[in-house]
This record gives sequence, structure tokens and C-alpha cells, in this order.
Amino acid sequence: MSDSAATNKTTYREAIREGLREALCSDSRVFLMGEDVGHYGGCFAVSRGLLEEFGAERVRDTPLAESAFVGAGIGAALGGMRPIVEIMTVNFSLLALDQIMNTAATLLHMSGGQFNVPIVIRMATGGGKQLAAQHSHSLEGWYAHIPGLTILTPATMEDARHMLGAALREPDPVLIFENQTLYPLEGDSPEPASNFDITRAAVRRPGRDATLVTYGAGLHKSLAAAETLAAEGVDVEVLDLRVLRPLDDATIIESIGKTHRALVVDDGWRSGGISAEIAARIMEQAFFELDAPVARLCGAEVPMPYSKHLELAALPQPETIAETVRKLVNKHG
Amino acid sequence: MTAATLVSWKIRPGDVVSRGQVVAEVETDKGVIDVECFNEGTVERLMSEPGQKLPVGALMAVIRGSVDDEPSMSAAPRPNVAANTISEPSATTSGARLKITPAARKRAGELGIALEQLHGSESDGVIGLTDVEGAAAAATTSTSPLRSEDGCDRMRRAIAAAMSKSKREVPHYYLATKIDMSRALAWLESENLNRPLADRILPAVLTLKAVALSLHDIPELNGFWIDSKFRSGDGVHVGLAVAMKGGGLVAPAIHDADHKSLDEIMSLFHDLIPRARSGRLRSSELTDATATLTNLGDLGVETVFGVIYPPQVALIGLGKITQQPWVADDNICARPVLTATLSADHRATDGRRGGQFLDALNRRLQTPEKL
Repeated sequence: MSDSAATNKTTYREAIREGLREALCSDSRVFLMGEDVGHYGGCFAVSRGLLEEFGAERVRDTPLAESAFVGAGIGAALGGMRPIVEIMTVNFSLLALDQIMNTAATLLHMSGGQFNVPIVIRMATGGGKQLAAQHSHSLEGWYAHIPGLTILTPATMEDARHMLGAALREPDPVLIFENQTLYPLEGDSPEPASNFDITRAAVRRPGRDATLVTYGAGLHKSLAAAETLAAEGVDVEVLDLRVLRPLDDATIIESIGKTHRALVVDDGWRSGGISAEIAARIMEQAFFELDAPVARLCGAEVPMPYSKHLELAALPQPETIAETVRKLVNKHG
Repeated sequence: MTAATLVSWKIRPGDVVSRGQVVAEVETDKGVIDVECFNEGTVERLMSEPGQKLPVGALMAVIRGSVDDEPSMSAAPRPNVAANTISEPSATTSGARLKITPAARKRAGELGIALEQLHGSESDGVIGLTDVEGAAAAATTSTSPLRSEDGCDRMRRAIAAAMSKSKREVPHYYLATKIDMSRALAWLESENLNRPLADRILPAVLTLKAVALSLHDIPELNGFWIDSKFRSGDGVHVGLAVAMKGGGLVAPAIHDADHKSLDEIMSLFHDLIPRARSGRLRSSELTDATATLTNLGDLGVETVFGVIYPPQVALIGLGKITQQPWVADDNICARPVLTATLSADHRATDGRRGGQFLDALNRRLQTPEKL
């Protein structure tokens, strides 16, 4: 870790790579494995250079066999290692769902508390890059359904840089969902951090008139919508969930107590999604703070289209977010 | 009216009270009014003290009903609540669920604002936080000691609020008709000849009775528009607009005016108008009117274009009776003519029904002996 408080520009991709490098440097039990993470440098070029720097024992290419290599990671974690397993996209993670849910998330319970599984699984998620219906979905809300997992969704340079280290300190499985549209995002290099928090949501933009509850790519689209709305005199608070499981109810409810209106913005499908869970919790815990029904703006309930304009139309965009907020603040029901 | 200040109690715990009995005096924007009891029973507790400002609908006292009223043979009779005796018609007749957001409901509770007094300002009609905070701001500006010097201002504000709401929400339509008053006035003159001076009947009493009977004929104009539907009045209670000495006006109700004799109405005039002018009306008089009659003829006004007092749906305006050229049997002659107008809520009735009302009024006034 560097002591210099450099504020050089970096990218989300580089910030994650720096997080990986720091983890590999600071703990000899840590290793990275996954499809194409080594010689190819990662399918999103996140791990480029790490094989050369840390060697083939610690940066390991795996066969195209998600169930097998996630299972191997779980075994390594049980054996005292601190594996970081990369799955290419969330769609492919379904091949490893049995390992993730029935083993990683459950073993502590099944062993009567004897065996915890300190594995970190990273994967790319989300649409917007014309990768079509088998590489573009946002299924992190599904994983947030599973007890025993921690679900992280870094959306800022700081979270991209530091969430991994914090996840590796957890005794139980942590899944990190990196939205693939964020990798080229540029920003200031994050400050070094110790005891980095991975339990709280964060208010990224304070506001008065309504709360946008979102995460991942939705954060940046919501911030853009908030700027548009600010010019119209509508002052929107933007809340970055950061952690989808366990949800930070307190921060959400505190914000609703201030704005009394909420719009949940989620790239994922609407029915049974994380947006439904958030809306339900607001209703349960802040019913008497609501001045309008909780609104939701979600991904269209279709397989992700390949064609550019259809893919854009299938996802919340700054324009549709702003339009939904206008309706939300101008009436009650 | 959103709140009133308790001036004095007329009862004590242990007193037996009957329906209609005056139990308290409260000061409102419209002056001091007597609060009548709606129940029979024994006063158990007084829940407020003189000087205390109470929102409309607040619990003022607990009255225990008599055991006879409890056919369920419960040993401990349920307490009846003689509280919202100062509520407006909307509060007593509203059965539909109020559309209010949870946050607004909570805030209204914190601020002690009665929900019945709130109105949604947005197009969806839902009462939101801003509506509650607006009402609270209006209430704090009207907090004042008893008999405050700005009482007149408060009445002005009350009128301003009611009339603004009316012009904002009520789609008025206006109809006018000229009525030949020669028969009515001739009959009245001969009738009054037989009466001592004190018992003589004013033309305004005759027209009020005719208006009441015409409202009885056209019941769609006699009642309230509440929660997007018309609710007919439980009788024809004509609110008579009376100008106050210090400015402003009140419209006390003449209850069941269609069933009262001219003599009864005349004696009510003698009783009601001075009390109204000095701001001492009973709560039922202040709140029960089912339609309003305004008569500006004494000022020489010929035609009145009135603003409806919500949630009523009709306001009848009468001008001065003047000698005018009138065509009868192909001859032009001079006749005493009254211009009667109707301002009506188009949500509740259409122009045809309104026209039938003015026609009924005209016909009633052509047979004055039946009034």
C-alpha cells in the first residue's frame, strides 16, 4: 500500500486490479483463479499483468467448468487459503449456483458452525455492451436472496479499489458484482483505506425531494438524472446501496425520513427483484414517512436484446429515471 | 374552520344532558358559538379547559349514555363522545376513506390538525405533506387570544379560504330569471293589513319560504358535494347570508325552512339576524345549511352572481324588487320585478335542472297564499 495521497486519474478496471495486487501482496494465502485470468489477462482485462507479477501458482487459469473451479475454490477456502474466484459473467455463474448456494453459503450451518468458507467470488454483471442475452443480465438480486452470502456491488473508484480487501477479511463467502459498463469509468485514484466498510449504503448526493435508491451502473445513471432534475429545481438524493445482502435498512429509512418519496432504480428484472425487496422494506419500516407510493424503474422483463437501441430501451436510462422522478414528486399516488 | 377556542363550559361532570342542550361556548373565526350536545347521558369527564384551542373533531368531553340506550345489556355502557359538535358537514357526512398519504397522516397527528379539514392540492386529490404543512401554517397564523382584535381578519381569512376553494374546485354555472312579484306583494300587503305591526311579514320571508319549497322540489340542489358525489341534505336548511357589523358575513341555517310557517320564519329572522350580527350563533345554525340564500336587495343590487359555499352545491341570489316595464297580455305595464339567480355546482346538476329550480321559484311566488 502506498502512503502517497496521489490523486492521479485511474479507471474502475485499474482500481480493481490494484485491489487484487494489494491482496496478493499482503497475504500469501490469497490466489486468483478463473477462466482466462492468467495468460489472457482476464476477459475484461482486469487481471492483465498479474500472472507475470505473481506467477502461475497464484494466478491460475481454469478450464471452462464453473462448477468445478468454484468447488475447488470452496475446498481451498476450507483448507485455509483465501481464494479469489473470477467468473466471467453472472450468467455463467448459474453453472456454479449449486456450489455457491448449497455448499459455500450453507456449509457453516450444515457443519454446526465448524466450517466457514472464506471465499471471494468476483463476476461481471449487467447489460449495455451488446453482449446479448447470455452475457448481459443483472442477477445479483437473485444472489441477495441467499442467506449466508454477502453481496457487494462496487460502483465507485473507492469501492472498486477497497471492497475486495474487506471481502477477504470476512470469514464467510462474499460475492462481488462488477458491472461491465463501469470498467472503463475514469476517476481520481482512491485514497488508501483501512478497515474499509462493506456494511453500509452511502448517500452519494444529498437531496430533499426524493430518494433514488440504486447500486452499480444505476448509480451513475441516477446521478446524471439528478443533475438534470436539479436544473429544474427538483433536489434528488441518490443512495448507493453498495451492499445488496445484508441490506442497510437504516440508511435507506433515514433517507426516506428526509425526502418522503423513493424511486428504486435497478437494471434487474422487476418481478421478484431486489427492487421489490427494497420497496417492501420501506413500506414495512417507513410507512408513515411516505408521501407517495414507492416507485420502481427496472430492466424490461425480456432476455437482453443484442441490438443497441433495444438494449438501451430495456434498461433504465438517465432520461427515464428523470421522467419517473418528475411523476413521483408531482403527485401522491 | 379548523379550530376553535373553548370559552366556557355550561356543564359539569355528573350533569345529565339532553340532545340539543348547550354544553359549551367556543370562539371560532366566525365569533362565539354555542356548542350543542348530540347525545343524551351523564357527563363523565371534561377533557378540555377554557382558553384551550382545539382542532375540529377533538375530544372535548365524555358523556356516558343511559343504560336504556344499550340493548346489548352490557353492564358498563359505552361512553358516547360528544366531541365533534363543531364539525362541518363534510366531517359528519363523509363516509368514504380519506385519501391521505401516510406521511401526511402522521404529520397531521403531530400538529394536531383534524384530517377532515385538509384538502388535497394536487390533481389526484390526495392530501400530502405539503397540504398538511400549509394547513398548519394557516392555523398558527390564526392562533390568538380570546376575542382578539384580529377576529375580523380571521373571519376574512376563513371567507378567503372557503371562497378560494370554491372558485378553485367548484365549476359554477349561473342562471338568472325575472319574476313578476305583483301577486306576491299584493297578497302580502293584504295579509299584513290584518296583522299588528310587530307581526307583519317581510317580503324577504316570503321569498325565503319560496326558495325553501323550490329546493324541496329540486332536491339535487339541496345538499353537498363530498368525495366526488352528491349527498342530499337531511332537510331543507336554508343558510341565510347575514352581513356582520365589523365586516364579513355568516350564513346561519334556518332549519327545515320548507316546513316552517311564514310566522315561524319571521320570528326566526328577529332572533337569528341580531345573534348572527353579534357573532352568537349555535353550532348547528353555523354548520347545517344545505344551500345558501343571499339577498342584496336592500342595497339596491339588482342581480347577484354568487359564489357557492362548499361543500354546498347551490347559492340563490335575490336582488332588489324594482318597478320595471313588463309585458302582460300584449300590454306594457309597470310591475314590481325581482331578479332571482342561481349559482350551482355543475358537478352536481346541469343547467336544465337549475332552470327548473328558478321556474319552480317563479311559480311558487305566483301563488303566495300557498306559501
